[in-house]
Amino acid sequence: MAAGLRLEKTHKHPTLLLAGETLMLDLCGGVWLPEHRTLIVSDLHLEKGSSYAARTGQFLPPYDTRETLACLHEAVIRHDPARVVALGDSFHDHRGPERMEPGDRAMVAALQEGRDWVWIAGNHDAAVSEGVGGRYADALALGGLILRHEPSPELVPGEIAGHLHPCGKVAMRGRAVRRRCFVSDGTRLVMPAFGAFAGGLNVRDRAIEGLFPNGFTAHLLGDGRVFSIGRAQLARD
Amino acid sequence: MAPTGAGKTLAGFLPSLVALSERAGAKPAPKAAKGLHTLYISPLKALAVDIARNLDAPIAQIDLPVRVETRTGDTPAHKRTRQISRPPDILLTTPEQLALLIAHRDAAEFFSGLRCVILDELHALVTSKRGDLLSLALARLHRLSPDLAAIGLSATVREPDELRKYLVPQVLGPASAGGRIHTSPNEAQVPSPVRERDRERDATSPENPGPSPQPSPARERGRVAVSALDDVARTTQAPLPPFPAEGGGNAKSPMADLVTVQGGAKADLRMLDLGRSLPIAGHTAWHSMPAIYDLIREHRTTLVFVNTRLQAEYTFQELWRLNDDALPIAIHHGSLDAQQRRRVEAAMAAGQLRAIVCTATLDLGIDWGNVDLVVNVGAPKGASRIMQRIGRANHRMDEPSKAYLVPGNRFEMLECQAALDAVEEAAQDTPDARLGALDVLAQHVLGMACADAFDPLGLYDEIVSASPYTGLTWESFEQVVDYVATGGYALRAYERFAKILRGPDGLWRVRDARTAQAYRMNVGTIVEAARVRVRLGRTLRGKPGAVLPKGGRVLGEIEDEFADTLTIGDTFLFAGETLRFEGLAEDEALVTRAPLGTDPAIPSYAGAKFPLSTFLAERVRAIIADPFEWDRLPKQIGDYLQQQRRRSVLPGERDLLVETFPRGKRHYLTAFPFEGRLAHQTLGMLLTRRLERDGLRPLGFAANDYGIAIWTTRDVSERAALDPDFIGDLFAVDMLGDDLEAWLDESAMMKRTFRQCAVIAGLIERHHPGLKKSGRQVTISTDLIYDVLRKHQPDHLLLRAARQDAATGLLDVRRLGMMLERIQGRIIHRALDRVSPLSVSVMLEIGRERVYGEGADEILAEAEAELLQEALS
Repeated sequence: MAAGLRLEKTHKHPTLLLAGETLMLDLCGGVWLPEHRTLIVSDLHLEKGSSYAARTGQFLPPYDTRETLACLHEAVIRHDPARVVALGDSFHDHRGPERMEPGDRAMVAALQEGRDWVWIAGNHDAAVSEGVGGRYADALALGGLILRHEPSPELVPGEIAGHLHPCGKVAMRGRAVRRRCFVSDGTRLVMPAFGAFAGGLNVRDRAIEGLFPNGFTAHLLGDGRVFSIGRAQLARD
Repeated sequence: MAPTGAGKTLAGFLPSLVALSERAGAKPAPKAAKGLHTLYISPLKALAVDIARNLDAPIAQIDLPVRVETRTGDTPAHKRTRQISRPPDILLTTPEQLALLIAHRDAAEFFSGLRCVILDELHALVTSKRGDLLSLALARLHRLSPDLAAIGLSATVREPDELRKYLVPQVLGPASAGGRIHTSPNEAQVPSPVRERDRERDATSPENPGPSPQPSPARERGRVAVSALDDVARTTQAPLPPFPAEGGGNAKSPMADLVTVQGGAKADLRMLDLGRSLPIAGHTAWHSMPAIYDLIREHRTTLVFVNTRLQAEYTFQELWRLNDDALPIAIHHGSLDAQQRRRVEAAMAAGQLRAIVCTATLDLGIDWGNVDLVVNVGAPKGASRIMQRIGRANHRMDEPSKAYLVPGNRFEMLECQAALDAVEEAAQDTPDARLGALDVLAQHVLGMACADAFDPLGLYDEIVSASPYTGLTWESFEQVVDYVATGGYALRAYERFAKILRGPDGLWRVRDARTAQAYRMNVGTIVEAARVRVRLGRTLRGKPGAVLPKGGRVLGEIEDEFADTLTIGDTFLFAGETLRFEGLAEDEALVTRAPLGTDPAIPSYAGAKFPLSTFLAERVRAIIADPFEWDRLPKQIGDYLQQQRRRSVLPGERDLLVETFPRGKRHYLTAFPFEGRLAHQTLGMLLTRRLERDGLRPLGFAANDYGIAIWTTRDVSERAALDPDFIGDLFAVDMLGDDLEAWLDESAMMKRTFRQCAVIAGLIERHHPGLKKSGRQVTISTDLIYDVLRKHQPDHLLLRAARQDAATGLLDVRRLGMMLERIQGRIIHRALDRVSPLSVSVMLEIGRERVYGEGADEILAEAEAELLQEALS
C-alpha cells in the first residue's frame, strides 16, 4: 500500500496527499489543487485530428479540439480556478494553433479570461506559436509541488507530470475494461492525457512501471467516478 | 459430362467458348476480335484458380484458340501490367480485383469488348457488402460495354427475383439516359423521366403479359446446358437491355431470365439420435463424439462442420482423444496459420484424410469428390446453410449426398427437425435483398474518380442502376461525394486537402497519384478484426515460468478482442491444443502447451456464431405449438415439451411466452421470442433499462438463440399481479425509440460496426503509401473518433452507415422490431413458483456468457475492492 494514499471510496473524485499538498483527482482527468486554486490538465493534444489531413490525407473529424475544450470548460466552471496549468503537449504539433478554428480560438480566450494561464512546454509543442494567450514556462513550482511535462528519470518528490498517457486495464471473467488513469506512489504523480483523440500507454509498461520501483496505485477514470486500483489487479496489454 | 467439378464450370463457360472460337475463325477479323471477352468472378481466390485449371484442360484437348488467365492478389505485378496491355480472352478474378480493374485509367478500353460476365456463388455474394461493391462494378461494366450479358450462378434461393434484378441495370443504360435531370432533394422519390420511360415500355411490351412467377417451360428447355451436380439449381440470364422483364414477377424492375435446374438425388439426411437424453443447454455435443467417431470410421472421407472456431477446436480435440485407430483427422478454420490450412487442403485433395473438422471457411469452394459423408455438429441455424453444407458431399447427380445433423441440446434437436423438414421441401431461408451500404459507395466513388473524371449526374444514374442502390436519393449521393472530397464535415476544415476536386468543366477528378495509390491499397469490404499471432514460446529449463520470447512456431491468429481478455496463466483451446497464455510481446501472444489433461479455463466459446434464421425459428415455433408434431421427434424431446405444458404452458405459433418466478434470492423473467441471439441481446439490453426505470432493480441478463432471462432484486410477478398491463407495456414497440437510440450509441457493438464503416469508407486507411502499420497500431482509436463525431455531427454519413448496418447486422434491430409487432396482444404471461422446463434452457446460459447488464464501473469497483481488502488485511 503506497504511503500517503487516502482512499475515499464513495467520492467521485478521490483526494491524494503529495509532498504535503492536497490533490483532488478529478473524474475529467485533471488535478485540482484547492489550496492553490489551480487546475492542472495534461496532454490536450489540440488539433490532433486536423494534423492527419495534411500529413496522411485521412480526414478525421475536426471536432476533437472543440470536444477537449468543452470538457475543460466544464471543469473550469466547476472549480473556478485562479490558475490553469496545461502540462505540455497542449497542441499536437507546433502548427496546431494556426489550424485552430476561430470558434475554438475564442473558446480558449474565454477560458483564459480573468485567470493565470500557463502553457508548460511539451515535446510536441516545445515551441508554441504566439496568438493563443497565456504565458509559457518549462516547469512550474507550486508549494512543495513541481509541475513539468516529462517525468524525471530519477525520483523527484512532489513531481506532477504527464507525457506518458497512462491507461489501466482490468480483465475479469472474460471482460476487459481499459481506461485512462492517474498513477502515483504517494511521492510523485503521472497524469492521464486530457485530449479527446489522445491514445494511451498501459501502466504495466516498463516506461511507467520504471518510475515507481516501490509499486503504485492507478486511479482509473470510470463512467461515474474514479476507481483506485492496485498494481496487482492491473493487467498488461 | 466431365467428372465432378469440371461439368458445372464448363457449362457456365460454354457459350463463351463457342463465341470465342467463332470470333477467332471469323474473316475478316472484326474489330472486337481481340481483347477481353469473358469475365468470371468468384468469391474465393482459390476457386478462381481451381476453375482456371479445370478450364485449361478441355481447351487444350479441343485445341481452342482461347487464352484463360487468373488475376488475384497473388498475381505478380509484371503479369498484371501485361494483362492490361494484352488482355486474355477469359479472365478469372474476385470482386476486389474487379473493383481495382474498373478504377484503372485504361478501364474503358480494357472492357470495351467484354461480352459476358459470370458471377459464381452469387447467392453467397449478394448478402454482404462485397455484393454491394460487386453490384457497383457490374453497373460500370454495363455502361462500358452495353452489349454485356451477365450470368449468375447460384444455389436455390427463396427470392430468385432479387438475384435477377441484381444482374441487370435497373434503369435504362446511363449512357443512353442523356438529358436526365436530377431531382431536387425533396422530390427525390418522384420517378425520374427515365423510370417513366421504362414503365411505358414495360406496359406496351407485347412480351410482357403480366406477372407470372415461373419462367416459361420453353425457355427452361432451351437452357438445360447448365447442369447442377448437387441439389442446387442455377439461375442464368441472357442479354439484357433493351428487354423488359420477361416472365418476371415484378413488371417495374428489369430482371434477368431464370433457368432452374432440378434434379439430383434427394439427400440422405438424418438426425443423429443417441436414444438417450440430451442436455438442456450447451452446444458442444460432447455426448455425440463417440458416435461421430464411429461414423468417420465407417466412411471414406467425412467433413465435420461446426459453427464456430472454438467449437472446431473442441470437436477436434475430443475426436483425437477417441482416435485409437490413429485415423488421419485434420482441423481447418480461418484463424489457423495459412500454411497449415494449405497443407490440410492439399492432403484432402490427395485423398489422404479421413476427416476434417471445419467451420464456414469450407462452406463454399473447391469440390472434393471423395467426401462421402457430411456431419453437422450443433444447431443448423438456417435451411440454406445446411443444404450448402450437405452439398459438399458426393458431388454426383445420381447418388444421394449423405449427411447427419448432430444436435448439442434439446432445443437444437427441435431446430434439427425443422431443418430436416425444410430440406425435405427444399425450402430456403436466404436473407432479403440488401440496401446498398453508404461506406461501400464512398469507396466506389473514389475509385471512379481514379479511373477517369466523372460527371456527377452520369455517375448517379449509373449507381442507381445497380439493384442495391436503386433507392439512393440524389441528396445522399451528394453527401457521399462530399464525404469523399473532404470528409463530409459541417466544419469545412479540409477543403484545401480535398481528395477529389471539381473542375471548371463540372467534372470531378482525383487529386493526385498518391491519393489513387492509397485507394488501390485499401480497396475491398472485408475488414478483418485486428488480430495477433499466437506463437509457441519455449520455457527455460533452469528458470521455471520464464518464457523465451522468440523461436517457437506460429500456430495461427486470435482476435485482438479475445487476446485483450486474457491474463497470464489463463488456459484456452487453440489449434487443437490447450494452451497457456504467457503474455503479449509486441504483436504476438506467447503461449506454452498446458500439461495434458488441463481443462481450458477461459470459456471463449459463447454460443453459435450465426443467429437462427427467421425461417427456421418459425418452424421451431410451429413444432412446439402442435403436439401432433411431437410424434416425429425423439421421445425425450416430446416428454420435455409435455412437462412444460404441465408445469406452465406452451405458446402458440405466434405467441410470446413470458414466465416470472423466484429462485434463490432473486426474481427472474424469461421470454421466448425465438429470434436469434443477436436480436435477443438487444432486447435484453432494452428490457433491462425499462425494468430499471420501473424500479425493479435488474441485475443482469443472458440470452441465447431461443430466449432471454433477466434477473432482478424486486419481484416482477408481484408487480404484474398489481398491474395487468405491466408485462404488455414492458414489450411495447416504443422500446425501439429513445431507449434504443441511447443504448445503441453507447454500445460496444455499435463502435465495432462504426470501425468497419470507417475502414471501408477510407476514413481510416488500413494501408498507407510508404507506411506499414498493423491493426494494433492504428494511431487513433476509432472508439475515440466515434465518441467525438457522435457528439458534434450525429448525422454524419459514417454514423448513418453504421446505423444502417446495426439494423441488420450485429444488433439485428430490424428483426427485433418485427418480433415486437408480431407479439402485440399475444403475450402469455405465467407467474410460476419455480423455474419451468423451458426456462431452464436459458437459465443455463447464465454465467456461460458475458452478462451485458454489467457495466464497466462494476468491474472496476470489484478490482478496487480487492485493493481495499489488501489495505485492511
